[in-house]
Amino acid sequence: MKAAILVFPGINRDRDMARALKLISGHEPAMVWHAETSLPAGTDLVVVPGGFSYGDYLRCGAIAARAPVMDAVRDYAAKGGLVLGVCNGFQILCESGLLPGVLMRNARLKFICHDVHLRVERSDTPFTRGYNAGQVIRVPVAHGEGNYEADEETIKRLEGEGRVLYRYCSADGVVDEAHNINGAAQSIAGIVNDKGNVLGMMPHPENHVEDIMGCTDGRGLFAGLVQHLEKAA
Amino acid sequence: MKARVTVTLKTGILDPQGKAIEGALKSLGVDAVASVRQGKVFDIELAGADKAKAEAVLKEAADKLLANTVIENYRVEIV
Repeated sequence: MKAAILVFPGINRDRDMARALKLISGHEPAMVWHAETSLPAGTDLVVVPGGFSYGDYLRCGAIAARAPVMDAVRDYAAKGGLVLGVCNGFQILCESGLLPGVLMRNARLKFICHDVHLRVERSDTPFTRGYNAGQVIRVPVAHGEGNYEADEETIKRLEGEGRVLYRYCSADGVVDEAHNINGAAQSIAGIVNDKGNVLGMMPHPENHVEDIMGCTDGRGLFAGLVQHLEKAA
Repeated sequence: MKARVTVTLKTGILDPQGKAIEGALKSLGVDAVASVRQGKVFDIELAGADKAKAEAVLKEAADKLLANTVIENYRVEIV
């Protein structure tokens, strides 16, 4: 798997992501600076990592979404290339128009930094094939603006088309308001675009991939991507 | 030419920051406050003196970057 990780000023999870991708795919990902106007040839996964691009000035992800490299990412996604955005990366993908909706301030205004449980809604996508449908995984979140909102029509479409891939839930998979950490519509933690090749999610699967991290539930996401690409090749 | 772009949340969009400010005002004894919605103000200086052109430029700026029109409205004024 030839992954390319975008690097914006203020991004800080880029190296966690690089470590996880190297560990699971066996290949060192390329680090791509925001001022680049193209992606490395043969890239088969673009990752927009987490952090605080441009200090979250204006709105989270707003300025990064307009960086030169994002035009290349838009072209790449339009041709069906796989794009994964985590945390600030999810915010950037929403701001860039690659995903619908917006990430608002957490409903209870607190920055949330702890492990959460996610229910994997389906397993027949490149981003979830490493899991079983209905499986509950434990991964960390670290965000102040993760409250996913979109207009009613969009939410209806996301649900109708099965585009919510990850939802906040209890340890035994119950989705309810008590476990909806940030107040997101429909407890949404991760969604894909209409073609299913762009995923945005608030939690950090890359931070649960090694025993030393206390949990390896995040591996399935990356292992699934590797499998998907091997099968496609 | 000086201009101001005001960005506010659309009606019906939850504004937890505004709610927190509202609560703080009430706790300070500013009791007459019924509700608060917060937003952003951009003071912008423009080259040139053509008012119609300036409005078009500001609208472009707001649509492209200053506002996220999924959740925000904006107002452009030449001051």
